[in-house]
Amino acid sequence: MTDTEKQTDSTSIELLSFRVGGQDYSVDIMSVREIRGSAKATSLPHAPFFVKGVINLRGTVLPIIDLAARLGLQTGEDTERNVIIVVDLGERTAGLMVDAVSDILAIPSEEMQPPPDLAADEARTFVSALTIVEGRMIRILDLEAVMPPQGEEVA
Amino acid sequence: MSDPMAEIRASFFIECEELLESLQDGLQLMDDGDTDPETINIVFRAVHSIKGGAGAFGLDDLVRFAHRFETAMDEVRAGRFHPDGEAIRLFFACADILGDLVRAARDDDQVDDGITGPVLEKLDKLVGIEEEEEEDLDFTPATLSLDFGDGGGLPDLPDLPDLSALPDAAPSVEGLPSLDLPADLPALTAEPLAETTTKGFTVHFKPENALYASGNEPLYLFRALRDLGDISVTCHCGDLPNLDQLDPDTGHLSWDVTVHTEESEQSVREVFEFVDGLCVLEIKPITGAAAMIAPALAPTPAVEKAVETAAPEAAPIAPPQKPAAAIEVVSAPAPTPPAPVAKLPVASPVNSDDDTLDEAPKDEKSGSSAPVKATGTPTQPRATVRVDLERIDRLVNLVGELVINQAMLSQSVTEAGLPPNSPVSTGLEEFLQLTRDIQESVMMIRAQPIKSLFQRMGRIVRESSASVGKEVRLYTDGENTEVDKTVIERLADPLTHMIRNAVDHGLESPEKRLESGKSREGHVTLTAQHRSGRIVIEVSDDGAGINRERVKQKAIEKELIPADAQLSDSDIDNLLFLPGFSTAAEISNLSGRGVGMDVVKSSIQALGGRISITSQEGKGTTFSISLPLTLAVLDGMVVRVADETLVVPLNAILETLTLTDNDLKALGPETHVVQIRGGFVPLLDLGAELGYRQPQDSYVGGIVLLIGQEDGNRAALAVDAIEDQRQVVIKGLEGSYGRVPGIAAATILGDGQIALILDPTDLVGQASGRTRIRQPQQALVG
Repeated sequence: MTDTEKQTDSTSIELLSFRVGGQDYSVDIMSVREIRGSAKATSLPHAPFFVKGVINLRGTVLPIIDLAARLGLQTGEDTERNVIIVVDLGERTAGLMVDAVSDILAIPSEEMQPPPDLAADEARTFVSALTIVEGRMIRILDLEAVMPPQGEEVA
Repeated sequence: MSDPMAEIRASFFIECEELLESLQDGLQLMDDGDTDPETINIVFRAVHSIKGGAGAFGLDDLVRFAHRFETAMDEVRAGRFHPDGEAIRLFFACADILGDLVRAARDDDQVDDGITGPVLEKLDKLVGIEEEEEEDLDFTPATLSLDFGDGGGLPDLPDLPDLSALPDAAPSVEGLPSLDLPADLPALTAEPLAETTTKGFTVHFKPENALYASGNEPLYLFRALRDLGDISVTCHCGDLPNLDQLDPDTGHLSWDVTVHTEESEQSVREVFEFVDGLCVLEIKPITGAAAMIAPALAPTPAVEKAVETAAPEAAPIAPPQKPAAAIEVVSAPAPTPPAPVAKLPVASPVNSDDDTLDEAPKDEKSGSSAPVKATGTPTQPRATVRVDLERIDRLVNLVGELVINQAMLSQSVTEAGLPPNSPVSTGLEEFLQLTRDIQESVMMIRAQPIKSLFQRMGRIVRESSASVGKEVRLYTDGENTEVDKTVIERLADPLTHMIRNAVDHGLESPEKRLESGKSREGHVTLTAQHRSGRIVIEVSDDGAGINRERVKQKAIEKELIPADAQLSDSDIDNLLFLPGFSTAAEISNLSGRGVGMDVVKSSIQALGGRISITSQEGKGTTFSISLPLTLAVLDGMVVRVADETLVVPLNAILETLTLTDNDLKALGPETHVVQIRGGFVPLLDLGAELGYRQPQDSYVGGIVLLIGQEDGNRAALAVDAIEDQRQVVIKGLEGSYGRVPGIAAATILGDGQIALILDPTDLVGQASGRTRIRQPQQALVG
C-alpha cells in the first residue's frame, strides 16, 4: 500500500490499477469479482480479434478479452504471468487479460479529470477519466465500452 | 421467512393447480362414460377444496363460483342428475373458468362477470337446483370425526393469524358440510344415519404450544362456538405443574365444551379450522347418552392425578378410559370403530413437561388421518414433493460439476501412471459409475409428465371448436411420458397453435364431414411417446387433409415459390412452414393471421427439435414433433480440429468415414464433394469454416463426419481426429458472451477446458462453401 494517503475522503472511489501494454489502467474495484491466473482459453469462431475465447470459471463459461488488443496497444505474447481480472457488469461477466495487477488506490473524486479530446487516439473511447498518482498517470477504464457488443453475430 | 401469509397463499395456489388437474382428469373420465361414484367424488372434492381454501383467503369471486359449481356436482353425486355430453361440456367450461378464477385471484386480477354469469345460469338451469334445496339435505354428523378432507386442502393454515374471519366464514359455507361424508365413508354412514338425532356436540380441545405461538386465542374459538348455540365450558387444569416448575411459555390447559346447536358437526369443526394441527381436537355429537359421556370424561384428570407420581404413560391410564369409549360406542351408534381407539392417547392428559406431549397428539393425528388420505385420493397414491425449479437447476449444475471433476480426477490418475488395476483406479471406476447414476437421477427430477400440457390443450380444443362451430373431441395418449420441464413450458405455445390449426383448418365443418361419410364430431389426437432417445409428440386430425392444389396456388400467389415450380407432395406440405403463409380463405379469430407454422417451426427448432408433416387427402393431417429428452445433457462426439476440441451432437452424425482418393471429387475451383454410395455430399472443412485455419491441401485419408440435417440434406465435415464419445453437460454461451454462428453451446471437458458444441444445421447453413481448397495455388500447381 503506497499511495492511499487520501482514502479517508468520503467521496473517494477505490480503484484496482493494473498494467496493460505498458500503460497504467484501473477499474472501479466494486466491479471486480476476482483476479485469477491466466488459463488457456478456448477460442471462439468468428469472434472479434480482441476476444481471446472462453475459459472455465468454476463451471461457468467466462469470455476473455485481451485488453491490450482491445485498447489497440502492443500485445505481448501470452505468458504465464498474464493475469485475468474477472469483472462483473450487472448482467454480464467477463475476464480482462492484463499484464499485471499493481495496486489498490483510493482516489478522491475531485482528482478525476476527464480525458482530453484527442480524436486520433483509439484508446480514448475506452477511458472515462484520468488521474495522477505519484506522478504516474492512471487511466480509468470504461468497462461498458470495453465489452464486446452483446449478441454480436459476426465480427 | 418472508411474509407467512404470502407463503400460505402461494402454497394454496400451487395446491389449486393440482386440484384443477384432478378435476380435469375426473371430468375427462366422466366424459369417457365413467360413472364410478368415486370419479364424481374426485371432481366434487376438487371443487370443494378449492372453495374451502378460497373462503379462508377471502377470495369471494372464487368462492361464489366454486360454490355453485359444487352444488351442481353434488346433484350429480347424489344421483339426482345424470349428466349427458352437453352437461359434461358445461362442467368442463366451469372447470376452465374455475382455473381462470384461481389464476386471477393469484395474480390479483379480475375475471369478467360476463364470462362466469352465463355459465352459472346454464349450470343452474341444467341441474335444476334451487338454493333452498341443498339446505334440506340430510347430514351425517357422527362420522365426520374421520373427515379431514377439508383440512387437507389447507395444510399450511396454522400460521394464519386472522381468526376474526372465522365466524363469517362459517355461514358462507353452510351448504357444504352435509356433502362431505358419504364421499369418504359411504359404507360406514349407511346405517347410523337413520337413528342419530343430534342436538349438539361435545368438543374436547387441547391446544398445543404452537397454537399459542401462532397468536391464536382459545377464548375467540369459544366465542365462535357460542355463535353456533349455547355452550358450557369445562376447563381441565389437572396438567398444571407446581409453580416452581411452570414454564410460562407452555400451555397446560384443556377444555371440554358442550355446544347445543342445530348446526352440523362441520360447522363446529370449521370454528377450529385455523388451528387444525395445532391442537388436539375431538368433536362428538351429543346423543341420548350424552349425560353418560360427560361423567365418563370428567374423571380422567382425577385418574391422571392419581398416577401422576408413577410413570405417567398412556398404558396405566388406558384401562379406566376404555369403558368410556365403550359406552360411547354402544350408546351412540354413529362413531366409527377407529374413533375410540384414536382418542385414547388424547383423552389421557399427558404430563406436560414431558416430550410425550408432542408425540401423543401426533400419533393421534397420523392414526386417524391416514385412512382418510387413503380413501381421499385413491387415484394418486404416489407421494410427491414440490420443489422450486431453481433448486433443481442448481443441483443439475452441481452434478455437472461433479461429472467434470470426476473426469479431471481420472485424467490425473492416468497421468500419474498408476497401474489400471490399482485400488485407486478401481475406486475411481466405481465413482464414475455412481456419478453417472446421480446425473441420470437428477435429470429425472427435471422430467415431468407431459400431462399438464395435454390438459391445457383440452381446453384449447374446447374453446376453439366452440368458436368455429365445430364439434371436436380430443384424444390423448401417452400423457405420462416424461419430458424435461423446460421443454414442456416452451412447448405450450407451439402446441396451442398446432391444435388450433387442426381444429380451424384441419377439420371440416360438421355438414361437410357428414357429406364425406365421417362422424359429425371431428377428432384431434394428441400423443406423446419416447422413441429412440427422443420425445415424439404428434398432433393429428381426421379432417380433409392438406389441399395441396390450394397450398401451391397460394404459395405462388404470395410469390413464395416460382409459378412453374415442380414440387413433390411433401415439398408442398412443407410450404406450410414458410413465413407468411396462411391458407384460410377468411381470417378467423383463431388462426390464420399469417404468423403460423413458421413460428411453430422455429420455436420447435429452438428446443433442438424437428417438426414434420404428413397428410392424406380426405383422411387427415399429422404433425409430428421430435424433441431431445433434456436440454441439459447431450450425447456428443468429441473431435479435434486445428488444435481445438469440439463436440458434435451425436444425433446429427449419420456415420463417420475415412476419405479415399476415390471418394473425393473436385467440383468447381474451390469446392469438393464426397461421393458416398452413389450420392454426392458437399465437403466442409470444419477448421476452415470456424476460421481456425486455412483449408488443407488434401483431405485424402482425412476423417469426415456425415451430418444429416432436418431437411434431409447431408454434408460431410472434415475433422482431424475423433477423440471420444460421451455425454456432455450443456452450458449456454448466450448468457455470457452472445450467439456464436455455427455453435450451439459450450461444455466443460475432463481436463477443465471448455469445448464448444457444434450446431451442425447452423454451421452447414452458413458455410462459406468456397474456401474448401486454396484455389490459386492449386491452379498453379496443377
